Amino acid sequence: MKAKFFKGLALATLMTASPLYAADYVIDTKGAHASIEFRISHLGTSWLTGRFNTFNGEFSYDSDNPAASKVNVDIDVTSFDSNHAERDKHIRSDEYLNVADHPTASFKSTSFTPNADGGGVMKGMLTLYGTSKEIAIDVAKVGEGKDPWGGYRAGFSGTVELKPKEFGMNYNLGPASETVYMDLNIEGIRKK
Amino acid sequence: MVLNHKLTNDEHSYGWGPVIMHWLIALAIIGLYPLGWYIETLDYYDPAYRTIPVWHKSIGIIVAMVLAVRLIWRSFNKPPAPLPQPKKMVIAAKIAHALLYLLLLITLISGYLISTADGRAIELFNLINIPALPFAIDNQEDIAGLIHFIVATILISLAAIHAIAALKHHFIDKDITLKRMLALREE
Repeated sequence: MKAKFFKGLALATLMTASPLYAADYVIDTKGAHASIEFRISHLGTSWLTGRFNTFNGEFSYDSDNPAASKVNVDIDVTSFDSNHAERDKHIRSDEYLNVADHPTASFKSTSFTPNADGGGVMKGMLTLYGTSKEIAIDVAKVGEGKDPWGGYRAGFSGTVELKPKEFGMNYNLGPASETVYMDLNIEGIRKK
Repeated sequence: MVLNHKLTNDEHSYGWGPVIMHWLIALAIIGLYPLGWYIETLDYYDPAYRTIPVWHKSIGIIVAMVLAVRLIWRSFNKPPAPLPQPKKMVIAAKIAHALLYLLLLITLISGYLISTADGRAIELFNLINIPALPFAIDNQEDIAGLIHFIVATILISLAAIHAIAALKHHFIDKDITLKRMLALREE
């Protein structure tokens, strides 16, 4: 009886440590159910928002073993869009993002510390402006389940504060505008 | 030499109309080029950060309007015949003049395409809105910006050569090339 219990426990542990199939998801950028948005204070008066229109990525997530979650995202920095062409041109120029020299950014997760709600803290390396830095994204799970078209989806939102100066961008936008607040929304379609 | 009293060109002299348009555009180009450079250097907190670009764009629109009138005028009222000089120089001058028009046109269009890339109108001193085109290409502001800078630089360089050539005609060849463009005519 005792032996059987331990056998069962061992099996359960094995199952959680290595799920039967990898729950790998492709971020649904094709259907635009994902976004990389930012907010930055304008003179301390209001929020200016914008986004990176073009990116792609994948993640692994298993609700039975969330600690094994991983995510990789590649971002086309030239797709910076703040809904104002002259500003976008300025931000993409060598005074700020310098997309001519650094056209891509990427995030590769290194660890995930789950909390009780299915979310957690996703740590990883963000490479932006040619500089790699570890960042910690606060992740909330939004939901998962079958979609109406025969697929299976899982979605998360995340927030992280970035200081462009720490990545080497020194253009002075003023004391109220030294932090960029990233608002991330990803929905993944499970690979079959 | 006496001042020409005619508005239009004839076979030997430039009329006041084309002369005024020539110098208006010349002055504008000489002002707009360094102004464009200056815009690039403005700090976000510079009090002129929002006004200098309005001036640059508005003067540009005025140049476009003057250029349109000038080209239409030119098609109805031909400039005077070239002054006698070696055939090669006549052809070189013709090519240079055509290029000045072409480069100016490209500079104006590319400038317009920067500011209107997101569908916003471009403003003439907050007086008139010139609407954007109903279509745009990806990263139009960046592509148009690059063209605007390169072509404007070629334009200002060619304009400098154009000015040097005019001075050469005046001081070395001692002909009336420059005087004609000042609306002077022989008695």
